[in-house]
Amino acid sequence: MEEISILIGGKAGDGTRQAGHVIASLLNRIGYRIFFYDDYPSLIRGGHNFSIVRASEKRIGAHKNTVDIIIALDQNTVENHKNRLNADGIILYDSKKVEAQGLGIDFMDIVKEFGGKPIMRNTAAIGALAGILNLEWSVLERDIKGSIGKEVELNLQIARHAYDRIETPLKPLQKLDQKPLPLVTGNEAIALGAVKAGLNMYIAYPMTPASAILHYLAEHENELGVVTVHPESEIGVALMALGSAYAGARTMVGTSGGGFALMTEALSLAGQSEIPMVIAECQRAGPSTGVPTYTMQADLNFVINAGHGEFLRVVLAPGDAEEAFYTAGLALNLAWKYQIPTFVLSDKHVSESIFSFEFDLDRVKPENGLLWDGRGEYKRYLDTESGISPLAFPGNPDAIVKVTSYEHDENGITTEEPGQIARMQKKRLRKRKALADELNKYDTVNIYGNPESKTALLCWGSTKGACIEVAEMLDLKVVKPLMLEPLPVEPLKKALSGVEKIIDVEVNATGQLAKLVAGQGFCIDDMILRLDARPFTVDDLLGNVKEVLS
Amino acid sequence: MTTPKELGTYAQNTWCPGCGNFGILASIKKALADLENDGLDLNKVAIVSGIGCHAKIADYINVNSFYSIHGRVPPPMTGIKLANPDLTVIGHAGDGDAYGEGIEHLIFSAKRNIDMTFIVHNNRIYGLTTGQFTPTSPSGFKGRSTPKGSPEDPLNPVELMISAGATFVARGYTKNMKQLQSLIKAAINHKGFSFIDVLQPCFTFFNTYDYYNERVYELTEQDHDASDRNLAFVKAREWAYGEGERIPIGLFYQVKKPTYGERLLAGRVPVRLTPGDIRPVLEKHI
Repeated sequence: MEEISILIGGKAGDGTRQAGHVIASLLNRIGYRIFFYDDYPSLIRGGHNFSIVRASEKRIGAHKNTVDIIIALDQNTVENHKNRLNADGIILYDSKKVEAQGLGIDFMDIVKEFGGKPIMRNTAAIGALAGILNLEWSVLERDIKGSIGKEVELNLQIARHAYDRIETPLKPLQKLDQKPLPLVTGNEAIALGAVKAGLNMYIAYPMTPASAILHYLAEHENELGVVTVHPESEIGVALMALGSAYAGARTMVGTSGGGFALMTEALSLAGQSEIPMVIAECQRAGPSTGVPTYTMQADLNFVINAGHGEFLRVVLAPGDAEEAFYTAGLALNLAWKYQIPTFVLSDKHVSESIFSFEFDLDRVKPENGLLWDGRGEYKRYLDTESGISPLAFPGNPDAIVKVTSYEHDENGITTEEPGQIARMQKKRLRKRKALADELNKYDTVNIYGNPESKTALLCWGSTKGACIEVAEMLDLKVVKPLMLEPLPVEPLKKALSGVEKIIDVEVNATGQLAKLVAGQGFCIDDMILRLDARPFTVDDLLGNVKEVLS
Repeated sequence: MTTPKELGTYAQNTWCPGCGNFGILASIKKALADLENDGLDLNKVAIVSGIGCHAKIADYINVNSFYSIHGRVPPPMTGIKLANPDLTVIGHAGDGDAYGEGIEHLIFSAKRNIDMTFIVHNNRIYGLTTGQFTPTSPSGFKGRSTPKGSPEDPLNPVELMISAGATFVARGYTKNMKQLQSLIKAAINHKGFSFIDVLQPCFTFFNTYDYYNERVYELTEQDHDASDRNLAFVKAREWAYGEGERIPIGLFYQVKKPTYGERLLAGRVPVRLTPGDIRPVLEKHI
């Protein structure tokens, strides 16, 4: 199989991420499928940032520890990553700043020759890389024109000069007969999936790794027909979202664990008032501030259990950009159909990684909730057989719409009468039946690898990509619930029937999915847990699984 | 046309006899009925309340309502107004809601100058939790959580709101119903963030009727130029919710400024927006 991995590293501010994007785009354009991993500490200048672009003939959802090419814009890149280099790998480095074995080019010298700025060292590096890979100049030219907004001519001159400096293409890369695909991060996919399902408003307070949803929607507000709002706090965000949904706007909020902690009083209010609420919770390593720019799957228990009192919710966990798109749309539709809170539970590794995106967009479309037909007197909390009360919105000339955080009668007037209280508690929880019937129609548990294997890797969310590749190498089965609340017990039973050994794979310290599944009577034989806030790479996980199997 | 009486509901009123909240309820109903006569569509009115004695008002008025949680009156109001700018949004909050638990939201509402009306039922006591000091209780106030007297000085919300950017700042008193009604009507008619701090005695836990009756006086257009921000501050400082012998009530400050909705939405109405086609946006990712 044709594939290549390229690591580019430097200090924060060197522009290595942007350069990585251009490299990903180049390889996409010659037919490769991409996975892009971005590793950066929580700072703006200095430190050490690196990105890994992995390109393959087939779809991939994870990166590897080992790489074929390292592009070093600083010495740290060489020191930190030289052990990753494959036996026939190359280090392409900035010879003025870095000492290494490999191919040294004075990038700054080229930049200076054309009167460019230090940040344009990236352009020189990309030009040299294109030469090493034996790419056609026209491909590179098109990408530079498309991705660099300012001083295009200057960048082209610098890239061309570096490109021409490479006399022998040391790692020629075959062009593939596949169409390029959109390169999309998990966060962008969440945004687009929600828009496809009819999003009107997105409200969020900045918090890594969820901020990019806000940035992306704010940037594309007009094209996407969405209003974005950045309020004073996550408390303000969540309560504003309930206000806008009450008024009839399909609304989503986004945050990470710390911000979601502040939203829990609003979550409980959504439960009591039956106002649709959609929350994208992009996890990072906790507890508390934790490790802000690194990944963890440790908020599962929190999201499933957050909020005082008892109420329904749906938690969906995407493992790549396609699933992020799909679950965001599904979350919005389910929230409005059942008037409940729904979650897209992502993490840094899905939210900020880039994937080649290929999905039948029409699988996601807006589905309305049950709307009031205008007959008789409107009762916001009409006690129906399904438990779902028809929706009307303020401004309707024939309805008065009263919602409340108190227990209430059918009209939304406060009650403390025992019969009424029990009736309304039952009405709300009765929606579980209709919800379960609908959820049965979806693939809430996905199976990959060899479906006949007696050994299964059990995983959720961002470990998907690594698990699938390892399973394919070792001829194992992968069982991945896409929905975690309500836990799809019957589909899980079906997926795990005939499996003799279950190995749980999670990026957290206690095996939160394993506990949920074990609670349903399944025996988890082994757990492979990662608690260093780094995602599983394919090679890491392969080693871990082999160890467990030996 | 709807009469104030028709604006009531079947909910049983559970305020204490003599409660200042009755004056606010009667004033808002009268104001709404009058405004309907002037062309306001009552089906396009949404009121939001917090938690506390004041908040029961959501159950007592027969219009659209969002009975929120403690401290969180402005955020649902903001969400409603942004989602559908055609709605007239009126908030009722207690002094614990507005100046304690949810003060960040109040300050930001004023800072943004969002077009809505915010009425604080300021009894300077937590009534529903049976008598603790609030952010506007006088220094030394002996409540159930401060038996030796409050160790804090009170906040001056009128001064705070003028500083924060509110474009309509007033103080009312529940005994002066006529003035209160006209302040509420003016506040609703004002395009921008309208704030009214209403002095509302709590008959059970902090009876301030005599105190207010001896000290209040009405600000009139002749004596006070409400367009002058500096003069507004001077008047606001005349009584600091404890110190001061004369308590001005009426309009302190009013100015016209662009609203948050005008600036953020630029004519868009989220509840009527059609989502755009994502395909051309996705194309840019290739």
